[in-house]
Amino acid sequence: MAAVPDLRIGHLYPDLMSIYGDLGNVLTLARRARWRGFDAEVRAFTAGERFDAEWPDVWFFGGGQDQGQDVVSRDLAGPNGESLRRSLDGGAAVLSVCGGYQLLGREYVPEEGPAIRGLGVIDATTRAGRRRFVGNLLVDTPDGELIGFENHSGRTYLGPAARPLGRVVVGHGNNGEDRTEGAVQGKAIGCYLHGSVLPKNPWLADRLIGWGLARRHGPVELEPLDDREERSAHESAVEVARSRR
Amino acid sequence: MPAVRAAAAIASGKIARSLLRASGRGATALPGLVALAVDPRLVARLADALPHGAVCVSGTNGKTTCARMIADIARGAGWSPVHNRSGSNLDRGVAAALLADATWRATPRGDVGIFEVDEASLPRVLRRLSPRVVLVTNLFRDQLDRYHEIDALARRIGVALRALPDDTVVVLNADDPIVASLALGRKGPVITFGVDDPAVGGTVPQAISDATRCPRCGEPLVYRRIVLAHVGDWACPGCGLARPPRDVAAARVALGPDGSEMRLVGATRADAASITQDPEGGEMSASGASGSDDETATSGPEGSGIPSSGRSRPRAAIAPRGPEGAQLRARAAAGGDGEIVRVPLPGLYNAYNALAAIAVARVLEIPLRTATAALAAFRPAFGRLEVVSAEGRTLRLVLVKNPAGFNAAIAALLETGRRPRLLAALNDRDADGRDVSWIWDADFESLAPAVETAVVTGLRGPDLALRLKYAGVPRDRVSVVDRWRDAIARALADAPAGSEIVVLATYTAMLALRDALADMGHVGRFWED
Repeated sequence: MAAVPDLRIGHLYPDLMSIYGDLGNVLTLARRARWRGFDAEVRAFTAGERFDAEWPDVWFFGGGQDQGQDVVSRDLAGPNGESLRRSLDGGAAVLSVCGGYQLLGREYVPEEGPAIRGLGVIDATTRAGRRRFVGNLLVDTPDGELIGFENHSGRTYLGPAARPLGRVVVGHGNNGEDRTEGAVQGKAIGCYLHGSVLPKNPWLADRLIGWGLARRHGPVELEPLDDREERSAHESAVEVARSRR
Repeated sequence: MPAVRAAAAIASGKIARSLLRASGRGATALPGLVALAVDPRLVARLADALPHGAVCVSGTNGKTTCARMIADIARGAGWSPVHNRSGSNLDRGVAAALLADATWRATPRGDVGIFEVDEASLPRVLRRLSPRVVLVTNLFRDQLDRYHEIDALARRIGVALRALPDDTVVVLNADDPIVASLALGRKGPVITFGVDDPAVGGTVPQAISDATRCPRCGEPLVYRRIVLAHVGDWACPGCGLARPPRDVAAARVALGPDGSEMRLVGATRADAASITQDPEGGEMSASGASGSDDETATSGPEGSGIPSSGRSRPRAAIAPRGPEGAQLRARAAAGGDGEIVRVPLPGLYNAYNALAAIAVARVLEIPLRTATAALAAFRPAFGRLEVVSAEGRTLRLVLVKNPAGFNAAIAALLETGRRPRLLAALNDRDADGRDVSWIWDADFESLAPAVETAVVTGLRGPDLALRLKYAGVPRDRVSVVDRWRDAIARALADAPAGSEIVVLATYTAMLALRDALADMGHVGRFWED
């Protein structure tokens, strides 16, 4: 009898890049895998220790404050960045939010000072903006709606290798100009959706779980779950976003 | 003609206030807004006329409770405080409080101002008035849609504190590295408080920590003890910045279901002035790193945590420099070594609130006995573990608004072994924080196994129900009820007679629940408080 497929979840820099309720994303990946009978394990990966980047099937990379992002960008400029790039090139999936999204892009250009190089696994460039985009963010994607809360001053512009995750219905998204939100490139997803994004948008969580399981186990069928509470929270948040825009 | 302008401002504010009251609404901030529009200098004018000066109480959690404790202490000393006690804590709320107290001729009737000030408003309020004392309780992630990131907020507060005159005393939580670092570069006097009991806190880092790195140099902080989030006994191995010695500290804290008992240590710092009077004007770690006798007695690796009173140094060691000399010397008289303080509110965070209040009382030269007597008789503020009776059940109202406050309140509840029946309400209006993401950082996982039943309501009630699901609360124990009255009725029906219902709610949700409880005849309106 084959062993139960397991899902390995790598949480990038939880001590430095975990504001805005992003912990819910890691929790949701683990819970939804376990509810279907898969083993799920979460490990933290942080600055100053050498990554065993072979381990994770799916990564989560959240947002941080300025000081945390400085430390993280320095760490990613070293061997850990190389390991992470190899892991993603080798088929691991990643969900990145806000600061994590910006650091997976090509570069971040601050208002003053030199540009900060990103990992470049998402074809996107971010420039510092003056006004902060703060509010509910509702996004239409080919696979369904996404609802969350954005809070960023960076303006992200996509290059040809990345496609937008979706189109902004309410809010600002990537840059407040082209109505795009987020990016998808291979199995790398970036977005500005806090909330946390995965609990209220379970289809996105399941996509990441499927991608993660496939890395070592091949395609795995995900049976549907009873998502009453998820749907209800999604719908009430969408209603708030639409009524207060 | 400033006097005329002030009188005009007072008149318009007071009229706005009586109109609001007549219409049956609690008059909290709007009259202040009206008065400020007529005379922007009104706050400074009124505050400067207070004989005992003004105290500003700020920080993420504990503002309302601390401000109320200080007001009670002041009353115990025979003073009459002007106090913005309805939780209206923006600059206009401070103006409204002064206004309500002032005569029509723009002179205050009270003799000391005790103002709760929203941490984001603190820099603006400090530009308007020069208080005698500024207390910062703690800084945690809170309402990120409004305050954005805590680092940036702390920088703004630090700038405002450095700009204060030298006769303002700043009172800071030594155990919170973000707050303690606010003293960096300040020339005027700083007083600190903290918990020195080695039995309080653990060594496991907490998921929601906001300061894992040194505020000065960015190296990872190391902790000998972690009390809550980033609060504890901290040090930076990189630059040597460390938890400063405490002027007011609890050597022991005994937590009970209805309150706690603390034993005070007088001075744990040999030279209180060292934190601020470094010639470079930017160091605060020197005294902590070099370690006075008292320091090793209370927090050294072999320390018992209860230094004998003989080891405490007399307060004369404090440099009586500048205009603050008299105030600092006064602390000698209020030593407090071995004094027992009873705090009739559960939870370690309320012990911290009481320590902060005692530290402020010291600066105000109020005798310690007066302070401890007032604390022993303290009643909780709106929604801060306040108890309401309804239909033979007890409702314990717990205002929650950020992960650290939530976790502290939950820890206090669980310590008593209760199996809570919950009524939980989540709103996302401006005063609650429009971003409800924080619930995913709050430690519902610790609460979940103890939850007997949960009734969930509020504009974002479904988010809360989802959070409970992912925390592991079985579906059949959770019900989502839309209307406030219905939610209360359901919670009362679910709870057997004589049992306790824990009400967890964000600010505007708590107001709505209070209103509904008032309509049902169980409680008075909150602004009658």
